[in-house]
Amino acid sequence: MATQSSRFAARLMVAPSVTVLFIWMIIPLAMAIYYSFRLYRLISPDRTGWVGFRNYSWFVNSPEFWLAISNTLLLVGGVLIITIVLGTLIALLIDQPVWGQGPLRILVISPFFVMPPVAASIWENLFMHPQNGMLASLALGLGMKPILFMENYPMASVIFIVSWEWLPFATLILLTALQSLSSEQLEAAEMDGASAFSRFRYIILPHMTRAITVVILIQTIFLLGIFGEIFTTTQGGPGSASTTLPYMIFKQAIAAKDIGRAAAGGIIAVILANIVAYFLMRGIGRNLDA
Amino acid sequence: MGKIELTKVRKSFGDVHVIPSIDLTINDGEFVVFVGPSGCGKSTLLRLIAGLEDTTSGTIEIDGKDATALPPAKRGLAMVFQSYALYPHMTVRKNIAFPLKMAGMDQAEQDKRVERAAKVLNLASYLDRRPGQLSGGQRQRVAIGRAIVREPAAFLFDEPLSNLDAALRVGMRQEISELHQSLKTTMIYVTHDQVEAMTMADKIVVLHAGRIEQVGAPLELYNNPRNKFVAGFIGSPKMNFIEGAEAAKHKAHTIGVRPEHITVGDGPWEGVVGLSEHLGSDSFLKVAVEGIGTLTVRAPGEVGAHHGDRIRLAPAGKIHRFDESGNAL
Repeated sequence: MATQSSRFAARLMVAPSVTVLFIWMIIPLAMAIYYSFRLYRLISPDRTGWVGFRNYSWFVNSPEFWLAISNTLLLVGGVLIITIVLGTLIALLIDQPVWGQGPLRILVISPFFVMPPVAASIWENLFMHPQNGMLASLALGLGMKPILFMENYPMASVIFIVSWEWLPFATLILLTALQSLSSEQLEAAEMDGASAFSRFRYIILPHMTRAITVVILIQTIFLLGIFGEIFTTTQGGPGSASTTLPYMIFKQAIAAKDIGRAAAGGIIAVILANIVAYFLMRGIGRNLDA
Repeated sequence: MGKIELTKVRKSFGDVHVIPSIDLTINDGEFVVFVGPSGCGKSTLLRLIAGLEDTTSGTIEIDGKDATALPPAKRGLAMVFQSYALYPHMTVRKNIAFPLKMAGMDQAEQDKRVERAAKVLNLASYLDRRPGQLSGGQRQRVAIGRAIVREPAAFLFDEPLSNLDAALRVGMRQEISELHQSLKTTMIYVTHDQVEAMTMADKIVVLHAGRIEQVGAPLELYNNPRNKFVAGFIGSPKMNFIEGAEAAKHKAHTIGVRPEHITVGDGPWEGVVGLSEHLGSDSFLKVAVEGIGTLTVRAPGEVGAHHGDRIRLAPAGKIHRFDESGNAL
């Protein structure tokens, strides 16, 4: 790829896909921006017109808005912490040579194969349900009152369910990182007098930083848009206790049938995602450099 | 300070007996080289001494204390690995200081020792770089630096020079020898390269299939190999082995003549030169001798024999005699 003509040919070859990707991205974004400044309600489609920033100001001044933002960040942060801490521990555990290692690893990653609404329904109805749930009968068996997970701890419950789904992903990425660590480095550290904890702290963890960064970035992208788990379990409630930004947009678009406000919410979500991405890349992006 | 004694040490991996049984004494301050072809168990033996592998049976004593069950860190030994095993995310300074930090030494003493080691190893200007920014030889020095700051009872080297190019290898070989002269600490050095063994060792241990074939000073092994394996392994180019009628004349099953102990000119053997390598100082000739086979001859550089020439050869020097099972007579 050195000569001028081969470089030109390379650009020519990638040009179609870049063009398609660009159109794919820009049309929905442009339409969202367009509708966010329009009055567009599905209930009264004949009333149209420009409304300036009114959709945005309604969205920002809505009593749910700041709660939704903090719930979104809480969800992302909570799931990240749980999956990375537990993922590291599980990866360390299943990296040990044990009998039945292959099936064990498949078991560990299997939650990832369950569809999000299905996983959420299973957890809500079979485990956390105050009458039918396993946890309820466990609590009753121990002489305690069943915990009303979805009513009293809606965000914690959602964070738990989402963590359960994403833990295998984190574990898998962290396990591969762990396996690429040369055993001589660990042996050298052992000879140097490092205890098991010191070996983890000074050798294994620094080796894993890049993988952890990848997990954080990828999971953040997906977690910012979590919707199905909330829809199937709490429906954003009780009240709006577990409403996140995507769920608030959904309520505007589908329940209130106000496309203009939903579009404004969508643009705010895009801005929020960019702010999060900016801080992430500034904070941990340098870990990705070789 | 660094006497190591192995008694009936055995090591098996499942059904594979890597080391059937070894007895060996390494005296304080000695430079001992374990040499042998790949797969002979030399690295395993070193790892047993280091404590990175458990012995199947037998005892390892370090300074008169039983160390068989001690973890590696408690044995007071330092090891230099073939891949150097530097910590890639730490600077050279932190790499070298790591064992001191793990020992809980205070910062001032750590700095002092790191500076001293860096000076000895010419690393002073690289202390703030990372291993990835260093050349192979420099990485090797960092690995040695990490070993010497601990002031261990003995150093263990596991083929430390095999990743370096030829010129650097000679240089590092001398540096390690000089280091041994100045530190006077016991060193155990594993290699498959008999030149390294001959040039560096006080005592060579020749290993073959997990067994010790012979232990001795380099020249002793060269002059009086105990069997055919040692005779063939020590010395470069390899010793010529002759069987049949020629050997029977010396009342042996096999006789061995080193290439440097054959002269070109007049002599009882006549043959045709096959391959000839002229190095300037020496010429290595492969000569097909009738009734004997192909002999390697190390002739002086001025001998201008080439492919197809007929020359006469004479043995001049020691002829080694071996019986049917390969033991020296």
